[in-house]
Amino acid sequence: MAATHPETTRRDFLYIATGAFGAIGAAAAVWPLIHQMNPDKSVLALTSTEVDLTPITEGQIVTIKWRGKPVFVSHRSKKEIEEAKAVKLSDLPDPQADDARVKKGKDQWLVVIGVCTHLGCVPIGHQGDYTGWFCPCHGSHYDTSGRIRKGPAPTNLEVPPYEFVSDTSIRIG
Amino acid sequence: MSELNLKNPVLRWFEARLPIMSFMHHSFVTYPTPRNLNYWWTFGGILTVMLIIQIITGIVLVMHYTPTTADAFNSVEHIMRDVNYGWLIRYVHSNGASMFFIAVYIHIFRGLYYGSYKDPREVLWILGVIILLLMMATAFMGYVLPWGQMSFWGATVITNLFSAIPGVGQAVVTWLWGGYSVDNPTLQRFFALHYLLPFVIFGVVILHIWALHHVGQNNPTGIDVKSNKDTVPFTPYAATKDNFALILFLMFFAYFVFYIPNYLGHADNYIPANPLQTPVHIVPEWYLLPFYAILRAIPSKLGGVVAMFASILVLVFVPWLDTSKVRSARYRPMYKQFFWILVICCIGLGYLGAKPAEGVYVIAARILTFYYFLHFLVILPLLGYLEKPKNVPPSIADSVLKGRESDPMPARAGARR
Repeated sequence: MAATHPETTRRDFLYIATGAFGAIGAAAAVWPLIHQMNPDKSVLALTSTEVDLTPITEGQIVTIKWRGKPVFVSHRSKKEIEEAKAVKLSDLPDPQADDARVKKGKDQWLVVIGVCTHLGCVPIGHQGDYTGWFCPCHGSHYDTSGRIRKGPAPTNLEVPPYEFVSDTSIRIG
Repeated sequence: MSELNLKNPVLRWFEARLPIMSFMHHSFVTYPTPRNLNYWWTFGGILTVMLIIQIITGIVLVMHYTPTTADAFNSVEHIMRDVNYGWLIRYVHSNGASMFFIAVYIHIFRGLYYGSYKDPREVLWILGVIILLLMMATAFMGYVLPWGQMSFWGATVITNLFSAIPGVGQAVVTWLWGGYSVDNPTLQRFFALHYLLPFVIFGVVILHIWALHHVGQNNPTGIDVKSNKDTVPFTPYAATKDNFALILFLMFFAYFVFYIPNYLGHADNYIPANPLQTPVHIVPEWYLLPFYAILRAIPSKLGGVVAMFASILVLVFVPWLDTSKVRSARYRPMYKQFFWILVICCIGLGYLGAKPAEGVYVIAARILTFYYFLHFLVILPLLGYLEKPKNVPPSIADSVLKGRESDPMPARAGARR
Protein backbone atom coordinates (compact mmCIF):
# COMPACT_ATOMS: atom_id res chain seq x y z
CA MET A 1 0.00 0.00 0.00
CA ALA A 2 2.53 2.54 1.11
CA ALA A 3 4.66 1.86 -1.95
CA THR A 4 1.84 2.28 -4.49
CA HIS A 5 0.04 5.20 -2.81
CA PRO A 6 2.73 7.05 -0.91
CA GLU A 7 0.48 10.04 -0.25
CA THR A 8 -2.63 8.21 1.00
CA THR A 9 -2.62 7.54 4.70
CA ARG A 10 -5.14 6.57 7.36
CA ARG A 11 -4.93 10.17 8.51
CA ASP A 12 -6.23 11.36 5.11
CA PHE A 13 -9.27 9.18 5.63
CA LEU A 14 -9.80 10.77 9.03
CA TYR A 15 -9.57 14.26 7.52
CA ILE A 16 -12.12 13.48 4.82
CA ALA A 17 -14.48 11.72 7.23
CA THR A 18 -14.28 14.63 9.69
CA GLY A 19 -14.88 17.15 6.92
CA ALA A 20 -17.86 15.22 5.53
CA PHE A 21 -19.35 14.82 9.01
CA GLY A 22 -19.01 18.54 9.62
CA ALA A 23 -20.47 19.49 6.24
CA ILE A 24 -23.54 17.26 6.67
CA GLY A 25 -24.07 18.56 10.20
CA ALA A 26 -23.81 22.16 9.00
CA ALA A 27 -26.26 21.51 6.16
CA ALA A 28 -28.75 20.00 8.60
CA ALA A 29 -28.37 22.94 10.94
CA VAL A 30 -28.96 25.40 8.11
CA TRP A 31 -32.35 23.96 7.15
CA PRO A 32 -34.34 25.54 10.04
CA LEU A 33 -32.70 28.85 9.20
CA ILE A 34 -33.90 28.58 5.61
CA HIS A 35 -37.32 27.14 6.34
CA GLN A 36 -38.17 29.91 8.84
CA MET A 37 -38.56 32.19 5.83
CA ASN A 38 -41.37 30.09 4.32
CA PRO A 39 -45.00 31.08 5.09
CA ASP A 40 -45.65 30.63 8.80
CA LYS A 41 -48.70 29.02 10.49
CA SER A 42 -50.56 32.31 10.86
CA VAL A 43 -50.19 33.01 7.15
CA LEU A 44 -51.26 29.48 6.21
CA ALA A 45 -54.31 29.77 8.49
CA LEU A 46 -55.74 32.59 6.36
CA THR A 47 -56.16 30.48 3.28
CA SER A 48 -59.90 30.64 2.62
CA THR A 49 -62.30 33.52 2.03
CA GLU A 50 -66.07 33.46 1.41
CA VAL A 51 -67.59 35.90 -1.09
CA ASP A 52 -71.26 36.89 -1.37
CA LEU A 53 -72.11 37.32 -5.06
CA THR A 54 -75.53 39.01 -4.73
CA PRO A 55 -74.30 42.63 -4.72
CA ILE A 56 -72.16 42.14 -7.82
CA THR A 57 -74.14 43.39 -10.82
CA GLU A 58 -73.64 42.31 -14.40
CA GLY A 59 -70.57 43.89 -15.97
CA GLN A 60 -69.01 44.60 -12.58
CA ILE A 61 -65.63 43.34 -11.38
CA VAL A 62 -65.11 43.13 -7.64
CA THR A 63 -61.69 42.77 -6.02
CA ILE A 64 -61.42 40.46 -3.01
CA LYS A 65 -58.34 40.03 -0.85
CA TRP A 66 -57.28 36.42 -0.53
CA ARG A 67 -53.92 35.35 0.94
CA GLY A 68 -52.85 38.99 0.82
CA LYS A 69 -53.39 39.29 -2.89
CA PRO A 70 -56.29 40.52 -4.99
CA VAL A 71 -58.81 38.13 -6.55
CA PHE A 72 -61.10 39.46 -9.29
CA VAL A 73 -64.69 38.25 -9.27
CA SER A 74 -66.13 39.28 -12.62
CA HIS A 75 -69.84 39.13 -13.38
CA ARG A 76 -69.58 38.82 -17.14
CA SER A 77 -72.15 40.07 -19.62
CA LYS A 78 -73.44 37.87 -22.46
CA LYS A 79 -71.25 39.72 -24.92
CA GLU A 80 -68.14 39.12 -22.81
CA ILE A 81 -68.89 35.41 -22.49
CA GLU A 82 -69.42 35.12 -26.25
CA GLU A 83 -66.15 36.94 -26.94
CA ALA A 84 -64.33 34.60 -24.60
CA LYS A 85 -65.83 31.52 -26.24
CA ALA A 86 -65.40 32.70 -29.83
CA VAL A 87 -61.59 32.76 -29.75
CA LYS A 88 -59.75 29.99 -31.52
CA LEU A 89 -57.47 28.16 -29.08
CA SER A 90 -54.64 28.23 -31.60
CA ASP A 91 -54.63 32.05 -31.36
CA LEU A 92 -53.78 31.96 -27.67
CA PRO A 93 -50.25 32.12 -26.25
CA ASP A 94 -51.42 29.92 -23.35
CA PRO A 95 -54.26 27.88 -24.90
CA GLN A 96 -57.12 27.18 -22.52
CA ALA A 97 -60.84 27.05 -23.29
CA ASP A 98 -63.16 29.46 -21.49
CA ASP A 99 -65.12 26.44 -20.16
CA ALA A 100 -62.04 25.24 -18.33
CA ARG A 101 -61.74 28.56 -16.50
CA VAL A 102 -65.27 28.82 -15.08
CA LYS A 103 -67.54 26.42 -13.16
CA LYS A 104 -70.03 24.46 -15.23
CA GLY A 105 -73.33 26.33 -15.69
CA LYS A 106 -71.85 29.43 -14.08
CA ASP A 107 -70.44 31.04 -17.21
CA GLN A 108 -71.22 34.52 -15.95
CA TRP A 109 -68.82 34.19 -12.99
CA LEU A 110 -65.13 34.42 -13.73
CA VAL A 111 -62.84 34.23 -10.69
CA VAL A 112 -59.14 34.89 -11.27
CA ILE A 113 -56.19 35.92 -9.14
CA GLY A 114 -55.62 39.60 -9.88
CA VAL A 115 -51.89 39.32 -10.23
CA CYS A 116 -50.28 39.77 -13.60
CA THR A 117 -48.32 36.63 -14.42
CA HIS A 118 -45.45 38.74 -15.69
CA LEU A 119 -44.11 40.47 -12.61
CA GLY A 120 -47.01 40.63 -10.20
CA CYS A 121 -48.74 43.97 -10.77
CA VAL A 122 -52.52 44.27 -10.46
CA PRO A 123 -54.12 44.59 -13.92
CA ILE A 124 -56.93 47.11 -14.50
CA GLY A 125 -60.37 45.74 -15.44
CA HIS A 126 -62.33 46.42 -18.67
CA GLN A 127 -59.24 47.78 -20.36
CA GLY A 128 -56.72 46.84 -23.01
CA ASP A 129 -57.14 45.63 -26.57
CA TYR A 130 -59.41 42.73 -25.50
CA THR A 131 -61.45 44.67 -22.89
CA GLY A 132 -60.57 42.12 -20.24
CA TRP A 133 -57.65 43.38 -18.18
CA PHE A 134 -54.65 45.51 -18.94
CA CYS A 135 -51.50 45.53 -16.83
CA PRO A 136 -50.07 49.07 -16.68
CA CYS A 137 -46.61 47.98 -15.58
CA HIS A 138 -45.32 46.26 -18.68
CA GLY A 139 -48.29 46.26 -21.03
CA SER A 140 -49.88 42.80 -20.88
CA HIS A 141 -53.38 42.49 -22.36
CA TYR A 142 -55.84 39.89 -21.06
CA ASP A 143 -59.23 38.97 -22.55
CA THR A 144 -62.62 38.60 -20.85
CA SER A 145 -61.62 35.13 -19.74
CA GLY A 146 -58.43 36.47 -18.11
CA ARG A 147 -56.27 34.83 -20.76
CA ILE A 148 -53.07 36.45 -21.93
CA ARG A 149 -53.40 37.76 -25.48
CA LYS A 150 -50.62 40.27 -25.95
CA GLY A 151 -47.58 41.46 -23.98
CA PRO A 152 -44.79 39.96 -21.89
CA ALA A 153 -46.85 37.86 -19.45
CA PRO A 154 -46.23 34.16 -20.12
CA THR A 155 -49.48 32.62 -18.81
CA ASN A 156 -53.17 33.34 -18.25
CA LEU A 157 -54.41 34.94 -15.04
CA GLU A 158 -54.50 32.09 -12.57
CA VAL A 159 -57.85 30.66 -11.48
CA PRO A 160 -57.72 30.09 -7.72
CA PRO A 161 -59.22 26.95 -6.18
CA TYR A 162 -62.83 27.88 -5.32
CA GLU A 163 -66.28 26.34 -5.11
CA PHE A 164 -69.90 27.48 -5.02
CA VAL A 165 -71.19 27.15 -1.48
CA SER A 166 -74.65 28.16 -2.75
CA ASP A 167 -75.94 29.81 -5.92
CA THR A 168 -74.98 33.22 -4.58
CA SER A 169 -71.75 32.66 -2.72
CA ILE A 170 -68.34 31.13 -3.31
CA ARG A 171 -65.50 30.06 -1.07
CA ILE A 172 -62.01 30.78 -2.37
CA GLY A 173 -59.19 28.55 -1.10
CA MET B 1 8.86 52.81 3.25
CA SER B 2 9.63 55.12 6.11
CA GLU B 3 9.23 53.79 9.59
CA LEU B 4 6.75 55.30 11.93
CA ASN B 5 8.81 56.89 14.68
CA LEU B 6 6.73 56.91 17.82
CA LYS B 7 7.99 59.00 20.71
CA ASN B 8 5.20 58.42 23.19
CA PRO B 9 6.15 55.36 25.32
CA VAL B 10 2.53 54.25 25.73
CA LEU B 11 2.01 54.22 21.96
CA ARG B 12 5.32 52.37 21.53
CA TRP B 13 4.18 49.76 24.03
CA PHE B 14 0.89 49.37 22.17
CA GLU B 15 2.54 49.33 18.74
CA ALA B 16 4.85 46.48 19.80
CA ARG B 17 1.76 44.40 20.63
CA LEU B 18 -0.56 45.44 17.77
CA PRO B 19 1.19 47.29 14.94
CA ILE B 20 -1.98 49.02 13.74
CA MET B 21 -0.52 52.54 13.76
CA SER B 22 2.36 51.66 11.49
CA PHE B 23 -0.09 49.76 9.28
CA MET B 24 -2.28 52.85 8.93
CA HIS B 25 0.84 54.97 8.44
CA HIS B 26 2.02 52.74 5.59
CA SER B 27 -1.41 52.53 4.01
CA PHE B 28 -2.59 56.12 4.20
CA VAL B 29 0.41 58.37 4.81
CA THR B 30 3.57 57.15 3.12
CA TYR B 31 1.76 54.92 0.64
CA PRO B 32 3.16 55.80 -2.81
CA THR B 33 0.49 56.99 -5.27
CA PRO B 34 1.13 57.69 -8.94
CA ARG B 35 1.92 61.39 -9.29
CA ASN B 36 -0.39 61.89 -12.26
CA LEU B 37 -3.71 60.87 -10.70
CA ASN B 38 -6.52 63.14 -11.89
CA TYR B 39 -9.82 64.02 -10.19
CA TRP B 40 -11.53 60.90 -11.52
CA TRP B 41 -9.38 59.04 -8.98
CA THR B 42 -10.95 60.85 -6.04
CA PHE B 43 -14.21 58.89 -6.20
CA GLY B 44 -12.80 55.93 -4.26
CA GLY B 45 -12.36 58.15 -1.23
CA ILE B 46 -15.75 59.80 -1.83
CA LEU B 47 -17.38 56.36 -1.90
CA THR B 48 -15.77 55.39 1.39
CA VAL B 49 -17.17 58.53 3.00
CA MET B 50 -20.60 57.91 1.46
CA LEU B 51 -20.67 54.39 2.89
CA ILE B 52 -19.86 55.74 6.35
CA ILE B 53 -22.53 58.47 6.02
CA GLN B 54 -25.13 55.88 5.00
CA ILE B 55 -24.24 53.57 7.90
CA ILE B 56 -24.34 56.36 10.50
CA THR B 57 -27.60 57.94 9.28
CA GLY B 58 -29.11 54.48 8.84
CA ILE B 59 -28.36 53.39 12.41
CA VAL B 60 -29.87 56.62 13.70
CA LEU B 61 -33.03 56.16 11.59
CA VAL B 62 -33.51 52.66 13.00
CA MET B 63 -33.84 54.24 16.45
CA HIS B 64 -37.17 55.74 15.26
CA TYR B 65 -38.39 53.40 12.52
CA THR B 66 -40.86 50.51 13.00
CA PRO B 67 -40.59 47.64 10.52
CA THR B 68 -44.21 46.45 10.42
CA THR B 69 -46.76 46.99 7.67
CA ALA B 70 -49.10 48.69 10.15
CA ASP B 71 -46.57 51.24 11.39
CA ALA B 72 -43.76 51.57 8.85
CA PHE B 73 -45.29 54.38 6.79
CA ASN B 74 -46.38 56.33 9.87
CA SER B 75 -43.03 55.88 11.59
CA VAL B 76 -41.30 57.42 8.57
CA GLU B 77 -43.72 60.37 8.75
CA HIS B 78 -42.98 60.51 12.49
CA ILE B 79 -39.29 60.79 11.67
CA MET B 80 -40.03 63.56 9.17
CA ARG B 81 -42.32 65.60 11.44
CA ASP B 82 -41.56 64.85 15.09
CA VAL B 83 -38.04 63.54 15.55
CA ASN B 84 -35.44 66.27 16.15
CA TYR B 85 -33.61 66.76 12.85
CA GLY B 86 -35.37 63.61 11.64
CA TRP B 87 -36.14 65.26 8.28
CA LEU B 88 -32.46 66.05 7.81
CA ILE B 89 -31.23 62.59 8.73
CA ARG B 90 -33.77 60.88 6.48
CA TYR B 91 -33.12 63.19 3.54
CA VAL B 92 -29.37 62.67 3.92
CA HIS B 93 -29.93 58.90 3.94
CA SER B 94 -32.36 58.80 0.99
CA ASN B 95 -30.40 61.25 -1.16
CA GLY B 96 -27.19 59.67 0.08
CA ALA B 97 -28.19 56.46 -1.70
CA SER B 98 -28.45 58.40 -4.97
CA MET B 99 -25.14 60.16 -4.38
CA PHE B 100 -23.54 56.79 -3.59
CA PHE B 101 -24.65 55.51 -6.99
CA ILE B 102 -23.57 58.66 -8.85
CA ALA B 103 -20.12 58.22 -7.34
CA VAL B 104 -19.98 54.48 -7.98
CA TYR B 105 -21.00 54.83 -11.63
CA ILE B 106 -18.34 57.48 -12.20
CA HIS B 107 -15.84 55.23 -10.40
CA ILE B 108 -16.78 52.26 -12.63
CA PHE B 109 -16.61 54.25 -15.87
CA ARG B 110 -13.25 55.64 -14.70
CA GLY B 111 -12.06 52.04 -14.40
CA LEU B 112 -13.41 51.20 -17.87
CA TYR B 113 -11.79 54.25 -19.46
CA TYR B 114 -8.33 53.81 -18.00
CA GLY B 115 -8.31 50.00 -18.15
CA SER B 116 -8.10 49.65 -14.37
CA TYR B 117 -9.49 46.11 -14.59
CA LYS B 118 -6.52 44.70 -16.47
CA ASP B 119 -3.77 42.44 -15.19
CA PRO B 120 -2.91 42.55 -12.27
CA ARG B 121 -6.13 44.24 -11.06
CA GLU B 122 -8.73 41.61 -12.08
CA VAL B 123 -9.57 40.57 -8.51
CA LEU B 124 -9.75 44.21 -7.45
CA TRP B 125 -12.24 44.79 -10.30
CA ILE B 126 -14.35 41.72 -9.51
CA LEU B 127 -14.57 42.74 -5.86
CA GLY B 128 -15.88 46.05 -7.18
CA VAL B 129 -18.60 44.28 -9.21
CA ILE B 130 -19.58 42.36 -6.05
CA ILE B 131 -19.84 45.67 -4.17
CA LEU B 132 -22.07 47.04 -6.95
CA LEU B 133 -24.39 44.03 -6.68
CA LEU B 134 -24.54 44.35 -2.89
CA MET B 135 -25.25 48.07 -3.21
CA MET B 136 -28.13 47.39 -5.57
CA ALA B 137 -29.63 44.80 -3.23
CA THR B 138 -29.22 47.11 -0.24
CA ALA B 139 -30.69 50.13 -2.02
CA PHE B 140 -33.64 48.10 -3.31
CA MET B 141 -34.48 46.74 0.15
CA GLY B 142 -34.03 50.17 1.71
CA TYR B 143 -36.53 51.64 -0.74
CA VAL B 144 -39.12 49.10 0.44
CA LEU B 145 -38.92 50.17 4.10
CA PRO B 146 -41.06 53.39 3.95
CA TRP B 147 -43.88 51.09 2.75
CA GLY B 148 -45.32 53.53 0.23
CA GLN B 149 -46.91 52.53 -3.06
CA MET B 150 -43.59 52.44 -4.94
CA SER B 151 -41.99 50.51 -2.07
CA PHE B 152 -44.66 47.85 -2.20
CA TRP B 153 -44.95 47.52 -5.97
CA GLY B 154 -41.22 47.80 -6.54
CA ALA B 155 -40.76 44.94 -4.09
CA THR B 156 -43.50 42.94 -5.83
CA VAL B 157 -42.03 43.37 -9.30
CA ILE B 158 -38.42 42.72 -8.30
CA THR B 159 -39.13 39.65 -6.15
CA ASN B 160 -41.30 38.31 -8.96
CA LEU B 161 -38.19 38.28 -11.17
CA PHE B 162 -37.27 35.06 -9.39
CA SER B 163 -40.53 33.41 -10.49
CA ALA B 164 -38.93 33.23 -13.94
CA ILE B 165 -36.65 30.44 -12.67
CA PRO B 166 -37.97 27.29 -14.37
CA GLY B 167 -39.64 24.77 -12.04
CA VAL B 168 -38.89 26.15 -8.60
CA GLY B 169 -39.55 29.83 -9.39
CA GLN B 170 -42.85 30.20 -7.55
CA ALA B 171 -41.57 28.30 -4.50
CA VAL B 172 -38.55 30.60 -4.36
CA VAL B 173 -40.77 33.69 -4.52
CA THR B 174 -43.07 32.36 -1.77
CA TRP B 175 -39.97 31.68 0.31
CA LEU B 176 -38.67 35.21 -0.28
CA TRP B 177 -42.03 36.69 0.68
CA GLY B 178 -42.77 34.43 3.64
CA GLY B 179 -46.35 34.34 2.34
CA TYR B 180 -48.36 34.52 -0.84
CA SER B 181 -47.73 38.18 -1.48
CA VAL B 182 -45.39 40.92 -0.31
CA ASP B 183 -46.52 41.47 3.28
CA ASN B 184 -45.37 41.91 6.84
CA PRO B 185 -42.89 38.99 6.84
CA THR B 186 -41.34 40.41 3.67
CA LEU B 187 -40.96 43.87 5.18
CA GLN B 188 -39.36 42.52 8.34
CA ARG B 189 -36.79 40.39 6.55
CA PHE B 190 -35.94 43.19 4.13
CA PHE B 191 -35.37 45.42 7.13
CA ALA B 192 -33.05 42.84 8.74
CA LEU B 193 -31.08 42.43 5.50
CA HIS B 194 -30.99 46.16 4.79
CA TYR B 195 -29.33 46.57 8.17
CA LEU B 196 -26.90 43.70 7.55
CA LEU B 197 -25.75 44.29 3.97
CA PRO B 198 -23.96 47.63 4.49
CA PHE B 199 -21.62 45.89 6.89
CA VAL B 200 -21.06 43.15 4.32
CA ILE B 201 -20.28 45.93 1.82
CA PHE B 202 -17.88 47.40 4.36
CA GLY B 203 -16.09 44.06 4.57
CA VAL B 204 -15.80 43.73 0.80
CA VAL B 205 -14.62 47.36 0.61
CA ILE B 206 -11.76 46.45 2.96
CA LEU B 207 -10.83 43.57 0.64
CA HIS B 208 -11.15 45.97 -2.33
CA ILE B 209 -8.74 48.46 -0.70
CA TRP B 210 -6.41 45.63 0.37
CA ALA B 211 -6.26 44.35 -3.20
CA LEU B 212 -5.71 47.92 -4.42
CA HIS B 213 -2.83 48.51 -2.06
CA HIS B 214 -1.32 45.13 -2.91
CA VAL B 215 -1.22 45.64 -6.69
CA GLY B 216 -0.95 49.44 -6.62
CA GLN B 217 -3.17 52.07 -8.21
CA ASN B 218 -3.61 52.38 -11.93
CA ASN B 219 -3.15 55.90 -13.31
CA PRO B 220 -4.24 57.96 -16.34
CA THR B 221 -1.37 56.68 -18.49
CA GLY B 222 -2.16 53.08 -17.60
CA ILE B 223 1.56 52.27 -17.37
CA ASP B 224 3.17 50.71 -14.32
CA VAL B 225 5.05 52.63 -11.67
CA LYS B 226 8.72 52.09 -12.47
CA SER B 227 10.62 54.23 -9.99
CA ASN B 228 10.24 56.64 -7.09
CA LYS B 229 10.05 59.44 -9.64
CA ASP B 230 6.65 58.18 -10.68
CA THR B 231 5.03 58.47 -7.27
CA VAL B 232 4.27 60.89 -4.48
CA PRO B 233 3.31 59.99 -0.90
CA PHE B 234 -0.43 59.59 -0.28
CA THR B 235 -0.29 62.26 2.42
CA PRO B 236 -0.32 65.14 1.71
CA TYR B 237 -0.65 64.86 -2.09
CA ALA B 238 -3.46 62.40 -2.76
CA ALA B 239 -5.12 63.08 0.60
CA THR B 240 -5.43 66.80 -0.13
CA LYS B 241 -6.78 66.20 -3.61
CA ASP B 242 -9.25 63.61 -2.28
CA ASN B 243 -10.44 66.01 0.41
CA PHE B 244 -10.91 68.89 -2.02
CA ALA B 245 -12.97 66.71 -4.37
CA LEU B 246 -14.92 65.36 -1.40
CA ILE B 247 -15.88 68.89 -0.32
CA LEU B 248 -17.13 69.70 -3.83
CA PHE B 249 -19.08 66.44 -3.90
CA LEU B 250 -20.63 67.12 -0.48
CA MET B 251 -21.72 70.57 -1.70
CA PHE B 252 -23.49 68.92 -4.62
CA PHE B 253 -25.01 66.42 -2.15
CA ALA B 254 -26.09 69.24 0.20
CA TYR B 255 -27.84 71.04 -2.65
CA PHE B 256 -30.07 68.01 -3.12
CA VAL B 257 -30.66 67.50 0.61
CA PHE B 258 -31.57 71.11 1.36
CA TYR B 259 -33.17 72.36 -1.86
CA ILE B 260 -34.60 69.45 -3.85
CA PRO B 261 -34.76 66.52 -1.39
CA ASN B 262 -37.52 64.72 -3.28
CA TYR B 263 -36.29 65.42 -6.79
CA LEU B 264 -34.83 61.93 -7.24
CA GLY B 265 -37.71 60.18 -5.49
CA HIS B 266 -41.22 59.41 -6.66
CA ALA B 267 -44.36 61.16 -5.38
CA ASP B 268 -46.28 57.86 -5.28
CA ASN B 269 -44.11 56.71 -2.39
CA TYR B 270 -45.88 59.24 -0.17
CA ILE B 271 -49.07 57.17 -0.63
CA PRO B 272 -49.28 54.26 1.85
CA ALA B 273 -48.84 50.82 0.28
CA ASN B 274 -52.05 49.35 -1.14
CA PRO B 275 -51.81 45.68 -2.16
CA LEU B 276 -55.00 45.94 -4.23
CA GLN B 277 -53.99 48.81 -6.49
CA THR B 278 -50.95 49.12 -8.70
CA PRO B 279 -49.76 52.64 -9.51
CA VAL B 280 -50.25 53.50 -13.17
CA HIS B 281 -46.55 53.72 -13.78
CA ILE B 282 -44.06 51.72 -11.72
CA VAL B 283 -40.49 52.95 -11.97
CA PRO B 284 -37.52 51.97 -9.84
CA GLU B 285 -35.09 54.53 -8.47
CA TRP B 286 -33.03 56.21 -11.19
CA TYR B 287 -29.88 54.21 -10.53
CA LEU B 288 -31.61 50.95 -11.45
CA LEU B 289 -33.31 52.29 -14.59
CA PRO B 290 -30.77 51.06 -17.19
CA PHE B 291 -31.13 47.52 -15.89
CA TYR B 292 -34.90 47.87 -15.74
CA ALA B 293 -34.86 48.95 -19.40
CA ILE B 294 -32.89 45.82 -20.31
CA LEU B 295 -35.36 43.68 -18.35
CA ARG B 296 -38.30 45.08 -20.28
CA ALA B 297 -36.57 45.09 -23.66
CA ILE B 298 -36.59 41.30 -23.97
CA PRO B 299 -40.04 39.99 -25.01
CA SER B 300 -39.86 36.97 -22.72
CA LYS B 301 -40.04 36.81 -18.93
CA LEU B 302 -37.11 34.46 -18.35
CA GLY B 303 -35.11 36.07 -21.15
CA GLY B 304 -35.57 39.54 -19.66
CA VAL B 305 -34.45 38.41 -16.23
CA VAL B 306 -31.44 36.58 -17.63
CA ALA B 307 -30.44 39.60 -19.74
CA MET B 308 -30.73 41.91 -16.75
CA PHE B 309 -28.46 39.82 -14.53
CA ALA B 310 -26.13 39.16 -17.47
CA SER B 311 -25.71 42.90 -18.00
CA ILE B 312 -24.06 43.13 -14.57
CA LEU B 313 -22.26 39.79 -14.66
CA VAL B 314 -20.64 40.63 -18.01
CA LEU B 315 -18.58 43.19 -16.09
CA VAL B 316 -16.89 40.34 -14.20
CA PHE B 317 -15.43 39.09 -17.48
CA VAL B 318 -14.27 42.45 -18.81
CA PRO B 319 -10.62 41.83 -17.79
CA TRP B 320 -10.57 38.88 -20.19
CA LEU B 321 -12.89 40.28 -22.86
CA ASP B 322 -10.59 43.25 -23.38
CA THR B 323 -7.71 41.87 -25.43
CA SER B 324 -5.73 45.09 -25.81
CA LYS B 325 -2.24 45.24 -24.36
CA VAL B 326 -2.62 48.96 -23.62
CA ARG B 327 -4.58 49.88 -20.52
CA SER B 328 -5.52 53.54 -20.85
CA ALA B 329 -8.01 54.84 -23.43
CA ARG B 330 -5.69 57.86 -23.68
CA TYR B 331 -3.54 55.76 -26.03
CA ARG B 332 -6.41 53.81 -27.60
CA PRO B 333 -7.98 56.03 -30.29
CA MET B 334 -10.75 53.60 -31.26
CA TYR B 335 -11.60 52.33 -27.78
CA LYS B 336 -11.90 55.93 -26.59
CA GLN B 337 -14.75 56.49 -29.06
CA PHE B 338 -16.49 53.22 -28.25
CA PHE B 339 -16.19 54.06 -24.55
CA TRP B 340 -18.18 57.25 -25.03
CA ILE B 341 -20.75 55.43 -27.18
CA LEU B 342 -21.17 52.98 -24.29
CA VAL B 343 -21.67 55.87 -21.85
CA ILE B 344 -24.36 57.34 -24.11
CA CYS B 345 -25.90 53.87 -24.52
CA CYS B 346 -26.16 53.45 -20.72
CA ILE B 347 -27.66 56.92 -20.25
CA GLY B 348 -30.11 56.12 -23.06
CA LEU B 349 -31.11 52.89 -21.35
CA GLY B 350 -31.65 54.84 -18.14
CA TYR B 351 -33.91 57.27 -19.98
CA LEU B 352 -35.89 54.43 -21.57
CA GLY B 353 -36.24 52.63 -18.23
CA ALA B 354 -38.26 55.59 -17.00
CA LYS B 355 -40.56 55.57 -20.03
CA PRO B 356 -43.62 53.35 -20.47
CA ALA B 357 -42.89 50.01 -22.16
CA GLU B 358 -44.66 50.65 -25.43
CA GLY B 359 -44.13 51.60 -29.06
CA VAL B 360 -40.91 53.29 -30.04
CA TYR B 361 -39.49 53.12 -26.51
CA VAL B 362 -39.44 49.32 -26.61
CA ILE B 363 -37.71 49.29 -29.98
CA ALA B 364 -35.11 51.81 -28.81
CA ALA B 365 -34.53 49.79 -25.62
CA ARG B 366 -33.96 46.66 -27.71
CA ILE B 367 -31.42 48.40 -29.90
CA LEU B 368 -29.53 49.81 -26.92
CA THR B 369 -29.65 46.50 -25.05
CA PHE B 370 -28.24 44.79 -28.10
CA TYR B 371 -25.51 47.41 -28.35
CA TYR B 372 -24.65 47.12 -24.64
CA PHE B 373 -23.86 43.43 -25.02
CA LEU B 374 -22.25 43.99 -28.43
CA HIS B 375 -19.81 46.40 -26.79
CA PHE B 376 -18.62 43.93 -24.19
CA LEU B 377 -18.89 40.66 -26.10
CA VAL B 378 -17.77 41.67 -29.61
CA ILE B 379 -16.28 45.16 -29.83
CA LEU B 380 -14.05 44.88 -26.76
CA PRO B 381 -12.40 41.57 -27.81
CA LEU B 382 -11.99 42.66 -31.45
CA LEU B 383 -10.52 46.08 -30.69
CA GLY B 384 -7.41 44.52 -29.21
CA TYR B 385 -6.61 43.12 -32.66
CA LEU B 386 -7.95 45.89 -34.92
CA GLU B 387 -6.77 48.98 -33.09
CA LYS B 388 -3.32 50.49 -33.45
CA PRO B 389 -2.54 52.11 -30.09
CA LYS B 390 -0.65 55.39 -29.88
CA ASN B 391 2.84 55.48 -28.41
CA VAL B 392 2.80 55.07 -24.66
CA PRO B 393 5.20 57.32 -22.70
CA PRO B 394 8.23 55.58 -21.19
CA SER B 395 7.23 56.44 -17.62
CA ILE B 396 4.62 58.27 -15.55
CA ALA B 397 7.16 60.96 -14.69
CA ASP B 398 7.88 61.53 -18.39
CA SER B 399 4.20 61.89 -19.17
CA VAL B 400 3.79 64.52 -16.47
CA LEU B 401 6.97 66.51 -17.01
CA LYS B 402 6.66 66.46 -20.81
CA GLY B 403 10.40 66.67 -21.39
CA ARG B 404 11.17 69.20 -18.68
CA GLU B 405 14.76 68.61 -17.56
CA SER B 406 14.69 69.33 -13.87
CA ASP B 407 11.92 69.08 -11.37
CA PRO B 408 12.48 69.25 -7.65
CA MET B 409 9.55 67.04 -6.74
CA PRO B 410 10.75 63.56 -7.62
CA ALA B 411 13.81 63.99 -5.45
CA ARG B 412 11.75 65.13 -2.52
CA ALA B 413 9.16 62.45 -2.99
CA GLY B 414 11.89 59.87 -3.30
CA ALA B 415 13.58 61.03 -0.13
CA ARG B 416 10.45 60.31 1.84
CA ARG B 417 10.98 56.63 1.33
